[in-house]
Amino acid sequence: MTDRTDKYMGQALKRKEDPRFITGAGQYTDDFVLHGMLHAAMVRSPYAHARITGIDKSSVEDMPGVHAVLTGEDVAAAGTGPIPVGWLLPELKVPPHHAVAQGEVNHVGDIVAVVVADTRAQAEDAAAMLAVDYEALPSVALGSAALEDGAPQVHDDVPGNVAFRWEIGDEAALNEAFGRAHKTVKVNLRNHRLVPNAIEPRASLAQFSPASGEYLLYTTSQNPHIHRLILAAFVLNIPEHKLRVISPDVGGGFGSKIFQYQEEVIVLLAARLLGKPVKWAARRSESFVSDMQGRDHESEAELAVDAEGRMLGLRVNTVANLGAYLTLFAPAVPTYLYGTLLNGVYKFPAVHAKVTGVVTNTVPVDAYRGAGRPEATYLVERVVDVMAHELGMDPAEFRRINFIQPDEFPYQTPVALVYDSGNYEPALDMALDMMKYPDLRAEQERMKGTGKILGIGVISYVEACGLAPSALVGQLGAQAGQWESSLVRVHPTGKVELYTGSHSHGQGHETAFPQIAADELQIPIEDIDLIHGDTGRMPYGWGTYGSRSAAVGGSALKVALQKITAKAKKIAAHLLEASEEDVEHAEGVFRVKGAPGQQKTFFDVALMAHLAHNLPEGLEPGLEATAFYDPKNFVYPFGTHIAVVEIDTDTGHVKLRNYGCVDDCGPLINPLIVEGQVHGGIAQGAGQALWEDAAYDDEGNFLAGTFMEYAVPRADDLPSFETGHTVTPSPHNPLGVKGIGESGTIASSAAVANAVMDALWHECRIPHLDMPYTSEKVWRAIRDARGAGLGQAADD
Amino acid sequence: MYPANFDYHRASSVQEALAMMAENPDLKVIAGGHSLLPAMRLRLAQPPALLDVFGLEELRGIRREGDVFVVGAMTTHAQVLRSELPLFPEVAHEVGDPMVRNRGTIGGSLAHADPSADYPAAALALGVEFVIRGPGGERTVPADEMFVGMFESAVGLGELLTHIRIPASVRGSAYEKFKHPASHYAIAGVAVVRHADGEIRAAYTGAGERAERLPLLEERLNAGQPAGEGLVDAANLLGDRFASPEYRAHLVDVLAGRAAARV
Ligand SMILES: Cc1cc2nc3c(=O)[nH]c(=O)nc-3n(C[C@H](O)[C@H](O)[C@H](O)COP(=O)(O)OP(=O)(O)OC[C@H]3O[C@@H](n4cnc5c(N)ncnc54)[C@H](O)[C@@H]3O)c2cc1C
Repeated sequence: MTDRTDKYMGQALKRKEDPRFITGAGQYTDDFVLHGMLHAAMVRSPYAHARITGIDKSSVEDMPGVHAVLTGEDVAAAGTGPIPVGWLLPELKVPPHHAVAQGEVNHVGDIVAVVVADTRAQAEDAAAMLAVDYEALPSVALGSAALEDGAPQVHDDVPGNVAFRWEIGDEAALNEAFGRAHKTVKVNLRNHRLVPNAIEPRASLAQFSPASGEYLLYTTSQNPHIHRLILAAFVLNIPEHKLRVISPDVGGGFGSKIFQYQEEVIVLLAARLLGKPVKWAARRSESFVSDMQGRDHESEAELAVDAEGRMLGLRVNTVANLGAYLTLFAPAVPTYLYGTLLNGVYKFPAVHAKVTGVVTNTVPVDAYRGAGRPEATYLVERVVDVMAHELGMDPAEFRRINFIQPDEFPYQTPVALVYDSGNYEPALDMALDMMKYPDLRAEQERMKGTGKILGIGVISYVEACGLAPSALVGQLGAQAGQWESSLVRVHPTGKVELYTGSHSHGQGHETAFPQIAADELQIPIEDIDLIHGDTGRMPYGWGTYGSRSAAVGGSALKVALQKITAKAKKIAAHLLEASEEDVEHAEGVFRVKGAPGQQKTFFDVALMAHLAHNLPEGLEPGLEATAFYDPKNFVYPFGTHIAVVEIDTDTGHVKLRNYGCVDDCGPLINPLIVEGQVHGGIAQGAGQALWEDAAYDDEGNFLAGTFMEYAVPRADDLPSFETGHTVTPSPHNPLGVKGIGESGTIASSAAVANAVMDALWHECRIPHLDMPYTSEKVWRAIRDARGAGLGQAADD
Repeated sequence: MYPANFDYHRASSVQEALAMMAENPDLKVIAGGHSLLPAMRLRLAQPPALLDVFGLEELRGIRREGDVFVVGAMTTHAQVLRSELPLFPEVAHEVGDPMVRNRGTIGGSLAHADPSADYPAAALALGVEFVIRGPGGERTVPADEMFVGMFESAVGLGELLTHIRIPASVRGSAYEKFKHPASHYAIAGVAVVRHADGEIRAAYTGAGERAERLPLLEERLNAGQPAGEGLVDAANLLGDRFASPEYRAHLVDVLAGRAAARV
């Protein structure tokens, strides 16, 4: 019997899943072995753009172990459809995205052919030998270059390389606001491209049973149900229930494992054609050119203020590079997940943004941790800092006087969103206190002339996560619902299984979701397990992205749990021969109010629910409930992040010296998990600001295809982070929670960028440089500014 | 990727290794494998057969012979790090990470002559000697003749670098490195050594096609002058998107100044 009265919600429990990960006992896709399994290797294009003029299958068909070579023709002959886009915009141009290229390749890494062999080594050896003839075509890599007159055409059916033109906000109101401006600043910003680099490379393993016509797919996915829907309904043209998709342990995604990939189609098709299970597992060098990449915006931003420094308007014009194909959420990321966030935390009378989505000969770009919101935050917070510097105002104070005030929520922004709740100033003050901001400014002055310069970057962000409700996102073009489901199954012994459509691949759901359930059911957390990642075991769900798991999946769970406790209470009242109103669920038992000792445990109730020997008249046996929860609105986490950098003026080297942040994600289900999410997020965002760069040359050759060329942050590059929280519950979900999975990344690129530019502004009046702040770039900027006499200005 | 197929042999003595190499010119020596294996996995190197010498005890460890240390080629970076050698421990600390240092060897690194490796600058500034054995017997190569070009050392086909002779006592030494942000190899590295007789020798690595002495720096420092600028000509240096030749030349100046200040 349970007599617990403590609460699990809010406790920093260690993650239940970690022992298996740390001891190597995790079960990842590549760990699964099916009888008679073959191995596929992809032949990838070395060209950014080329016509395939010939593939000589016979060049490898006799090599040891080779079973088959599949080309685009074979895929077409099998009746396999192109991979669809999951978010449509008006007049969107969608070039066909085939599982294997059909006549033309459009980026380095595009799949030209597939070799299937007995072993992986044999498949890779043969793939390396396959004779393919290409005729190189003109290619283009930079979004703005693709828009120029006479630029190479990526796809014949996307004229001018423009996939869409989109705008948001009231342009006339904005022009009117700029007419009243006391001062305006204009900044051109590049939010450069990134490689997601999940620690587990993608992998897929497919099996086809000719007897039942059923497919089984193990794959590295954040949302197995979405794959099942797309693959069954659009690509393979089979009934959905004939495909079971399992995403077992998944080693990180950061967005890159949301999308429907070519390789998943390929292994399913190969398994059917060859009558044997087929596995593919990416090499890291494949991940670099085949995982959907992130960001890649070129923007012009213009900010207007009045004589008191109050913001009047923001004008934004962005070219979003979408890469060679439009993948699942690609059209949504630079539009509804970006344009709608350009209001930031400020009281802007007017904001207007235009976005041009452009195709280029590069790896496709889609959602990457933060998806649109880091791009918006970087742009807004960078231009706000440039203005603060121009006005001679302290950047923190400039923000403060422009914040939306706590009594103004729910707050309608000029760019469509209604912010649910917020209180921005306490988070700012707490962060300034935490970092001893005045002392930092004093130190910055003291360091002048020492060969080191200090920079302090302050940013305040708001982000929107838990995309919802479904009806609204449907109107905006989503071809998906945005609710989540949960099934709670109570066994006769009182042990409980929770099923959720929210996949966990680093977020700690297996710990956090049971914490929610243990409190609702008032039973020990050890009695509860979470199951996820298998379309064969759980109701429909939409998966994990956009920091939606706690707010949407957690809420779905909460609703299902409430159904369980309601039914359990009915049974308990019946067993206690009391009326339901007289029974309370407290201290781990169902008891008659005011009658000590008259009680039933959760176990008593669960057992009776299953034995059904003595149930209330008309009540169904069993104790199981399913909920489908569709939120009323997004949730809006916010906070302030402060980064401190030290720049060596002799070398231009930037050292991230301190980092502190205060985030508000509503009530914390598990502070330890929140902390982990924040830490990882900060590291990833700092990575963009200082090191990471998925660089292409002008023709689309990829220049950063290994970790020798692509710099990710390492532990010794980063300081210890200081974290804090304010708690402003979301008013419209049953847990009051907001997302925290992406906040760190959304905030930290901007914070670190502002820190570097704060240093360079104080030292030599450089208003803006683009990320990443590599040492040569910084060194040159300082040298050139000093050469132009700008260093003097800093001493005025 | 997987490496291309290869045969694998392991030698049980230096003598046997040399005999096997004489017999089979296709044999490629593998030491710690921390330069060779990454190249094989990218299929930049496709040796048909490997000869593993990593386990040879006679090539491992550090012993003192009068005023020199004799260091076995298969001594790992981790062993170097914990040793009493001049300068090398400080340099070993800059090489890779603990996993790399536990497996990679001093001999492998120096024989490989990676232009962005750390040890070569130290070897030049210390004036070490390389003991190389081959079909024609044993020869000793001075540091100044070791680094011939990009990934090209004086160790020839069929030869084995067996030992490195390092002066046991110097009056002062320093190594300053500027790391590549991705690989953490040297974009530039400068070693400065004040030898027992008071003479200063200096060398740089990372910036050019091979590690080289810094004659102008040595001249200035030996004359009691500051390191100054213009130590190397950018025209002779490498450039990539992380660091142009001009920037590398500047870094050599900065690092030289910092290293010189410490000896
Ligand atoms: C992740 C990583 C980071 C690294 N970072 C750095 C760094 O920061 N700085 C740095 O300097 N290095 C770095 N390295 C390289 C590392 O130091 C290597 O260990 C070293 O360069 C090669 O030594 P090895 O014993 O592994 O040689 P191997 O890789 O086994 O061999 C290298 C080459 O030398 C030849 N060879 C080896 N031993 C002999 C011998 N006795 N006689 C003749 N030929 C021989 C081999 O045939 C081969 O061509 C890094 C490596 C990795 C994997």
